[in-house]
Amino acid sequence: MGERIVLGPFNRVEGDLEVQLEVADGRVAAAYVNSPLFRGFEHILRGKDPRDALVLVPRICGICSVSQSAAAAAALREAMGLAVPANGELAANLVLAAENLADHFTHFYLFFMPDFARDAYAGRPWFDAAQARFKAVRGTAAAEAVPARAAFLQLTGILAGKWPHTLSLQPGGSTRAVSAAEKIRLYALLREFRRWLERHTFGDTLEAIAGLDSAAALGAWAAARAPASSDLRLFLEIADDLDLARIGRATDRFLSSGAYPLGGSPLFARGVWQPESAAVAAFDPDEIREDLSHAWMQGEARHPWRGLTEPDADKDGAYSWCKAPRLAGRVVECGALARQMVDGHPLARDLVARDGASVLARVVCRLLELARVLPAMERWVQALQPGEAFCAQGALPDEAIGCGLVEAARGALGHWLVIRHGRIASYQIIAPTTWNFSPRDAAGTPGALEQALVGLPAADARVPLAVQHVVRSFDPCMVCTVH
Amino acid sequence: MNLLWLQSGGCGGCTMSLLCADSSDLLGSLADAGIRILWHPSLSEESGAEALDLLAACAAGETPIDLLCVEGALLRGPDGSGRFHVLGGSGKPMIAWVRELAARARYTLAIGSCAAWGGVTAAGSNPAGACGLQYDGEAAGGLLGAAYRSTAGLPVINVAGCPTHPGWVIETLMALALGQFDGDALDALARPRFFADQLVHHGCARNEYYEFKASAEKPSDQGCLMENMGCKGTQAHADCNLRPWNGGGSCTRGGYACISCTEPGFEEPGHPFVQTPKVAGIPIGLPSDMPKAWFVALAALSKSATPRRVRDNAVSDHLTVTPAIRRTGLK
Repeated sequence: MGERIVLGPFNRVEGDLEVQLEVADGRVAAAYVNSPLFRGFEHILRGKDPRDALVLVPRICGICSVSQSAAAAAALREAMGLAVPANGELAANLVLAAENLADHFTHFYLFFMPDFARDAYAGRPWFDAAQARFKAVRGTAAAEAVPARAAFLQLTGILAGKWPHTLSLQPGGSTRAVSAAEKIRLYALLREFRRWLERHTFGDTLEAIAGLDSAAALGAWAAARAPASSDLRLFLEIADDLDLARIGRATDRFLSSGAYPLGGSPLFARGVWQPESAAVAAFDPDEIREDLSHAWMQGEARHPWRGLTEPDADKDGAYSWCKAPRLAGRVVECGALARQMVDGHPLARDLVARDGASVLARVVCRLLELARVLPAMERWVQALQPGEAFCAQGALPDEAIGCGLVEAARGALGHWLVIRHGRIASYQIIAPTTWNFSPRDAAGTPGALEQALVGLPAADARVPLAVQHVVRSFDPCMVCTVH
Repeated sequence: MNLLWLQSGGCGGCTMSLLCADSSDLLGSLADAGIRILWHPSLSEESGAEALDLLAACAAGETPIDLLCVEGALLRGPDGSGRFHVLGGSGKPMIAWVRELAARARYTLAIGSCAAWGGVTAAGSNPAGACGLQYDGEAAGGLLGAAYRSTAGLPVINVAGCPTHPGWVIETLMALALGQFDGDALDALARPRFFADQLVHHGCARNEYYEFKASAEKPSDQGCLMENMGCKGTQAHADCNLRPWNGGGSCTRGGYACISCTEPGFEEPGHPFVQTPKVAGIPIGLPSDMPKAWFVALAALSKSATPRRVRDNAVSDHLTVTPAIRRTGLK
């Protein structure tokens, strides 16, 4: 019988997290992920005017705030039967992309990389560089990345009033029309962020990074550069030394809702990557069930249209406030890696073909998205048409349902809204980390992180570093997870 | 000064907002003011057992806490147990940690409206039993009780807002660190007066529409948001339109209502957030300090005096009529 260790609080994730590990022979034999915070937004929303969701749901999460807005706006839009004018779609994409890219950036510089600056890694060839650059709070990256992020998020000051917690995203588009002069300011902000990324993060153009089409191309790119020439390069040096391509594999089944709709076709495709066939299948949201067997929740597994959220802190066998969503009974992973797998980016596909999902693949795909999405944002800004409508208007029906599926930085986010007698009768939410950090289901199948942790070295029971890397490679958002 | 930051029943958005500070060196500025971050859940290296050791040392009084910042509501449920948030790895409810640590803190700060009053987490049926550190909505009390004083003799400093403005947090922390903050710096709800003595209305870019009661009728209209769209900027205490958000924004500049997020109880306005409640066509919530009869008289007069430019632009999302060009020198 192995040793049982409890890890928490996990910092540098959004919200609180506890992980219990069964350790045998110095390795993780089983993992149990507990999301320890319950607030009850699905109760809070019940009985409200449906438009109030646009005020309340962003406040589920301070780091995925716009994603929650976008999902609520999409659910209301479906309920109202509205079509968004082109400007509204562009503006909403820009605000969501600003949040998503800022989140990827925050994750890399503030949440993930500081673990490589821990004293436990002293003596590694890359340690001095990693410590100078990424030491928590004191490293040069924190000093430089925080203001760069703040400058980039000035996009939201123009387009959304503020970040987080805007009310600008509406079922019909955006409350904030953009003038010709503001187009120029938005464009300048994007170009400023591009220069920062190209100078510090990549040491190369965004287009060159987006064009890396295989693990070999990534390796050749790294081989042509000195280890400390850019932050990506330094990460690759560390990843190679610590073999980060070979830790953190879960099910290799990837879900994406499809991201950034434009005239009916998203920038990144919707679908489910199936490991058996190595191909993308259609994503059918009707195949979702939320299993409650190991959550502190009463009731049986249901689709979110009929979902229940009845907390029971004393339930036997439960160990998390998080429900366990399953797609056609299967555990899926979502996030930047999943989006790029479903969209078919060749680097993502090759990394997974070689080693499966991993810490390396997840982190590389986040940086890849910075390189792929920022140029798209530059195009969206140029496509804005000042003087044309930004918001379609419509009336709320007394009886309706609406589903909003979007991609947050961390992956697939879904809202299921039922309106009865002009009020919210039911509101159910499945957030990205609900998928990734779910507990076991009724069949005993562990969630994605629980699977990804098995086999990792955990001889240092105080701070097992590989466990830290794998947990943070998912960029978990725990406040969204349970909500 | 040692700063300890904890998060509980909120969204983490006040930390995210703080990181948007209009500063080229946020972390350096705090360090320069003598503020040492003992632990912050989003920023610090220490995780798990390392973090718990640090918290235990603070709770035991071995490590002094000068600035205790709490973000997020305090969750008393279910049934007073606090089990809706047991701090990861500790087996102890967060409300127990906060009680212990607040007893040691020189200054205790509620960062955001959740920690101050309960906020959005206390909305609706308040399923988690959320409250603020020293308020439960509008009622004094909360987790720590109305009589609580930090060891420096101050009540909980309520840096309210949903989220807080980064400047409100930084300037409060720096004023404390520089010894330039005392009881007189707090308003009647223990909010720092430097932002709470202003109204959101001050500096609102829709000022001319307000003057003429030229009102927005639908989302994306440029007109005043008070008459129809639920805006409480004329009553809400904050300087949101005097200091920009994210470079140049604010709620009203973003095209939507001020929901008075710095005020206790804002989460349950008693009407849809984006719809102004009225009696006989007159908004119930009149501008602060304004007699109703005068408001009605002025509104009627200014509506009749509204220039076509202002009236037309108020219900459009872009300028349809530009201001006339006049020679502004002495005629």
